[in-house]
Amino acid sequence: MATDTERPWNLRESYLFDRNVIAEIQRAAREGIYDIRGFGAKRRLPHFDDLLFLGASISRYPLEGYRERCATDVVLGTRFARKPLELKIPVTIAGMSFGALSAPAKEALGRGASEVGTSTTTGDGGMTNEEREHSTTLVYQLLPSRYGMNPDDLRRADAIEVVVGQGAKPGGGGMLLGHKISDRVAEMRSLPKGIDQRSASRHPDWTGPDDLEIKIHELREITDWEKPIFVKVGATRTYYDVQLAVKAGADVIVVDGMQGGTAATQDVFIEHVGIPTLPATRIAADALQELGMHRKVQLVVSGGIRGGADVAKALALGADAVSIGTAALIAMGDNSPEYEEQYRRIGSSAGFYDDYQAGRDPVGISTQDDELASRFDPVVGGRKVANYLRVLTLETQTLARACGKSHVHNLEPEDLVALTVEAAAMAKVPLAGTDWIPGLASPVSAGSDTV
Amino acid sequence: MAVATTETAELEVVDLETTSVRELNQRLHDLAGAVPGRHRFRILNPSGAHALACGLDAEIEVEIEGHVGYYCAGMNKLATVRVHGNASTGIAENLMSGQVIVEGNASQSAGATGRGGLLVVRGDVSSRCGISMKGIDIVVGGSVGHMSAFMAQTGCLVVCGDAGDALGDSIYEARLYVRGTVTGLGADCVEKEMRDEHVAQVAGLVVAAGIDADASDFRRYGSARELYNFKIDNAGAY
Ligand SMILES: Cc1cc2nc3c(=O)[nH]c(=O)nc-3n(C[C@H](O)[C@H](O)[C@H](O)COP(=O)(O)O)c2cc1C
Repeated sequence: MATDTERPWNLRESYLFDRNVIAEIQRAAREGIYDIRGFGAKRRLPHFDDLLFLGASISRYPLEGYRERCATDVVLGTRFARKPLELKIPVTIAGMSFGALSAPAKEALGRGASEVGTSTTTGDGGMTNEEREHSTTLVYQLLPSRYGMNPDDLRRADAIEVVVGQGAKPGGGGMLLGHKISDRVAEMRSLPKGIDQRSASRHPDWTGPDDLEIKIHELREITDWEKPIFVKVGATRTYYDVQLAVKAGADVIVVDGMQGGTAATQDVFIEHVGIPTLPATRIAADALQELGMHRKVQLVVSGGIRGGADVAKALALGADAVSIGTAALIAMGDNSPEYEEQYRRIGSSAGFYDDYQAGRDPVGISTQDDELASRFDPVVGGRKVANYLRVLTLETQTLARACGKSHVHNLEPEDLVALTVEAAAMAKVPLAGTDWIPGLASPVSAGSDTV
Repeated sequence: MAVATTETAELEVVDLETTSVRELNQRLHDLAGAVPGRHRFRILNPSGAHALACGLDAEIEVEIEGHVGYYCAGMNKLATVRVHGNASTGIAENLMSGQVIVEGNASQSAGATGRGGLLVVRGDVSSRCGISMKGIDIVVGGSVGHMSAFMAQTGCLVVCGDAGDALGDSIYEARLYVRGTVTGLGADCVEKEMRDEHVAQVAGLVVAAGIDADASDFRRYGSARELYNFKIDNAGAY
């Protein structure tokens, strides 16, 4: 393959039909099936990068970096649950199924999260003993497939998350391809080995917000009103979804933006359905504010959270916590250059690997192959997750202190400006250097418009 | 004890006119692991309340005198719950073990995702009966509505009357037995030979359900297993 410097300068690549597009058309013609892959959206989308913090100066006091406390604790589920979750940091581990991930990878997530005082989440496929044992605080997902669902796990969970949708595929069901169905996965899901497992896109026993309210009531009755109940939605009609989830009785709402990671989804779905995490965060917070429920029903935001800056900006826009999937996998070694040679052998490369659906992960994370999974050390992996979560927290505190906040929850939209017109409109904060928030008429221009 | 009950030797009567659903369910949950067969309950005035007698985990008997709302007996283990009336959506959803008997009719998604135990409905059941079932056995005295046994994984659905459209759509390994007519079969669901073991299975289930039916009158339906792995040539079937 010619490198960019070797190629004659008169050759011009099409913007419309770039090499990725050409390769995909050729692949489609060859294979006759859409591309299914893991990871999240790969295209450029408006994101938290398009926002900046206004650090304190004369009109605001900063806090002293290493001396003055900047608290990071968060309580999830204060509305109805008898036992809300008390987390030390505002970053949780998102639901990723056993099946998509290996048992040692799930264990590592539990170890890492527990070490820093936060929660992990099960996923499609049910709860494993490994993750329950190694997770101090474990959220149990109730998904449309109900694979492995049972009342004992409901009772031994610390919270329950009703999954309506996922940012990578709002309106779509799950998928676990046959080659990842080991004996153990098949048994947990009550299905034969080796077949493609399609998880339903709708819940089997409720449709619509009025039913959801009754479903949540049932879950509370089964667990004697002890557990916080989360409702997770993929970001689409976020304003309505958040308000309907509040009406249905949720304690916590999880909004997963379109960048959200997945284990196996059609590429066309990942890249073209849903709205980005940035506008979704602001819309969700506004929807709660409007009902007088902000901070009473907690908001957890996910989809493309990579560093402390993303965490701090999501919190400033009104989230109570964020949740991470892809970044946690990367922290454990996913896409590491250490494995370059092996990535090459399966037609990928470190930094590009997204075939979580294929089960051939050389790192041993997104696989059910015993040999591959045994390469992954859950203790080392857990330590990496804990380290990474600590860095996210320290970075978030650094930014909060710079804005003069003694708790990360005191960050607010007023601390932010936007770098682009689109981000200004989506986050409803002014374009940097102006007082212009597109979409919101400023008092002056509103006045002059009416003359 | 906050629950207003009338204690007799083995029967507790709970009137939902004076006791809340929460109090009733808590009383029933407190019996988790109780000695089998020692506790019987009669629930009066259910008035269509939701989530009645759900999440039970003991060999107890619960008789409900009237109609029940959504998710009655949901996720139960071991218990026997009998509804002397009709049941709304999701009766016995995700049932693990034990029995649930509905003397009247049942609404949508009866026995949805059930993993074990037996659900008996003497009357008719609406759409999506046994949707996504994972090991439960369901016996229906009357007919079932459309999309019944959608994505049904394992377990048996026995229908003494007729089945509506798209029976067993995208079915996995569940066995469907219907005595009457089937309006239509869903994707990948086909009629299969009724062998002796199947006749015996139906006979056992109707006896367990207390329904008088000749097992040899039933036909069997199940998965053609053509859609188990995605093949582009099948795209039109989805
Ligand atoms: C490997 C993998 C498996 C996942 N499995 C599930 C799942 O079972 N249930 C679910 O609700 N979300 C699932 N998700 C989505 C995550 O819960 C979360 O919404 C998403 O990863 C957040 O975006 P991020 O990856 O950019 O952090 C999965 C994501 C990944 C990467």
